[in-house]
Amino acid sequence: MNTEKKAYTLSVLVEDTPGVLSQVARLFSRKGYNIESICCGAGLEPGTTRISIVTIGDEEQIHQIATQVSKQLLTISVDVLEGEESIQRELVLVKVKAETRDAREDIIQITNVFRGNIVDFGSNTLIIAVVGAAEKIKAILKLLDDYGILETARTGMVALERGQNTIYDQNKLKEEYNYGKNVL
Amino acid sequence: MKVKSTVAILECLLEQGVDTIFGYPGGTILNIYDELYSYQDKIRHILTAHEQGAAHAADGYARSTGKVGVCFATSGPGATNLTTGIATAYYDSSPVVFITCNVTENTLGKDAFQEVDITGIAMPITKATYLVRDPQTIPDVIREAFAVAATGRPGPVLIDFLKNVTAPSVMIDYEPMERKEHIHHGRLQALTHRIGWDIKTPEPNHDDVRTLCQMIAESKKPLLICGGGVVRSRAHEVFRAFAEKIDTPVAITVMGGGGFPGGHPLTTGMIGMHGTQASNIACDNCDLLIAVGCRFSDRVALDPDTFAANAKIVHIDIDRAEIGKNVKTAHHIIGDAKRVLELLNSVVEEKKNPEWKEFVFSHATRTEYDDKPGELTPQQVLETIRQIVPGDSIVATDVGQHQMWTIQHFHFDYPGQLLTSGGFGTMGFGLGAALGAKIGNPDKTVIHITGDGCFRMNGQEMATESHYDIPVITFVFDNRTLGMVRQWQNLIYNKRFSQTDLGFAPDFVKLAEAYGLKGRRVTNVQELKEAIHEALEWGHGYVVDCMIDTDEMVRPMVGGGQPITNFMLT
Repeated sequence: MNTEKKAYTLSVLVEDTPGVLSQVARLFSRKGYNIESICCGAGLEPGTTRISIVTIGDEEQIHQIATQVSKQLLTISVDVLEGEESIQRELVLVKVKAETRDAREDIIQITNVFRGNIVDFGSNTLIIAVVGAAEKIKAILKLLDDYGILETARTGMVALERGQNTIYDQNKLKEEYNYGKNVL
Repeated sequence: MKVKSTVAILECLLEQGVDTIFGYPGGTILNIYDELYSYQDKIRHILTAHEQGAAHAADGYARSTGKVGVCFATSGPGATNLTTGIATAYYDSSPVVFITCNVTENTLGKDAFQEVDITGIAMPITKATYLVRDPQTIPDVIREAFAVAATGRPGPVLIDFLKNVTAPSVMIDYEPMERKEHIHHGRLQALTHRIGWDIKTPEPNHDDVRTLCQMIAESKKPLLICGGGVVRSRAHEVFRAFAEKIDTPVAITVMGGGGFPGGHPLTTGMIGMHGTQASNIACDNCDLLIAVGCRFSDRVALDPDTFAANAKIVHIDIDRAEIGKNVKTAHHIIGDAKRVLELLNSVVEEKKNPEWKEFVFSHATRTEYDDKPGELTPQQVLETIRQIVPGDSIVATDVGQHQMWTIQHFHFDYPGQLLTSGGFGTMGFGLGAALGAKIGNPDKTVIHITGDGCFRMNGQEMATESHYDIPVITFVFDNRTLGMVRQWQNLIYNKRFSQTDLGFAPDFVKLAEAYGLKGRRVTNVQELKEAIHEALEWGHGYVVDCMIDTDEMVRPMVGGGQPITNFMLT
């Protein structure tokens, strides 16, 4: 197994039930792993939730976490997504100081280059919405920092696997987890 | 039909065949207890001295009968007192439904009197938790909870009802339904549909079974491990047929006790930290290790890197998350132990391993302890008990030296005969478990083997034993010390006996008498024999206080994290 530590995204499809998020999240805290970002929204089917969790670890650690998450009764399916095989995006709202005309114009230009949007135009501040992968977000935040960032709000990464594979695909591994969860 | 919500709760328990509940009432669960008053002729409630005792009793009932145990407690401290019992059941995969009540909807989350977030607390130690806020969901939740507890890898489940849900004025729609119909309705049906599983008995993968048959055919030195999964699945007969068919030695884990006859010629005895020479040496030398329903805990696979280093390890388990968790395996089969072994038996070819067996059984399969003149030894105590009590007696233990000695000296022949806290190692488990087992198996003799440390942890359940006249015979291995910890201090901590002296314990005989039981202190085999006969004849709760040496140790012993044949004691 690869022992190099890097960011992985765990994509977890669960039943939409009270407490399900803490049930998944506690499996990380139990091992003392930090969650870099966690993002939770409705799944395709009613009554399901899809959670995307970014964490840093080596292959074995991620495998162990995925195993424990997969085992939970409320878990329907788990995919571990890595950089190149998946599309990862985050939405960031940035409130930045824009007290002069020059600053405003610079910021608008930067926003355009990064294909973001100005979503609030105040007399002294702008709010920018930008969507992107980790590198892009890092780059725009670095540029905007010069003008004075007042606050940011980030959704955390969401991710999907490239190509035709989906989290709904069945395979032997998932069937094996289902065996243990059968209620017959 | 419209019924009171509390009626629905008890009717749902009756649907599951529940006839016994262990528990302790309190403020928030009063409505259910009030209804229980009307159900006294259908459901027997055992009031324990402490919620922890109730939890262990429900667990012991479940382990010994194979049915789902049921335990009630009130909110707050009632619920938190259950937690050690819940964790004990969880670690040993014992199916128990814990039912607690919480404060009302209006006060929930406001730190009300006796409020605690028990569904949150219990989350890591249960298969599932349910907080019931809508009375109409009661039947569905209870049906799901029982199914979840009993199926797959069994385990505890907790249902927490808000008090207002159980209020006498609350009426709900309830339609009686036979248990086999539950899977076709409501949440259980949704669960079945969700995981894309057809409504039929799940089937292990046949290719995986064939692969194992091939590996068995190629193996010259196979070894089987009988784990707790064999016991939970009641797979003892098929396991035995399998072992005999492939003529393979069987090492038994603590939790596997009763999964394979302890006196069978293929038995090598216990494996692991206190494993026999035969088990541990066979493990080190085998070329194929087939582990059934065992999770390679750190008390078995002490050092995962060197564990069965010369073998291909094949893991048969119902829980996919156990595969590769503690040791690396060459092959695995996911499935219920009984079903997998049935399949294996139908296709595996018979084989003989005479040379390998000769090698394995040239090593000791049991530990001989020397008799000491003028002293009562643990071996004498256990051998004497074994000779006198019926061979099918149920044995509940606590945790520590007496637990290991018991497993070394007794032979367990059927699932549920040995009740012991193997995973969580809960001191104080034994008496509650023994009481639960006796209630579930009134025709069997139930003995409880404990130490002077453990007995003091939940010894107050003697009140329950006496009040309900549950005839359990308790044997206290009284060495005036916390024996297993002292053993480690002796061997590893330079005899610095920090806080392990229990010489100030009460007089257990007088204590038993105070609770209305009989008791006797014994210092030699003759007195012990008399005491056992007296206990059996008397037919009520009895405590035998066996005075043994303080420095007697459990042998063999391999240090934690060490290769399995690095015997610290032989």
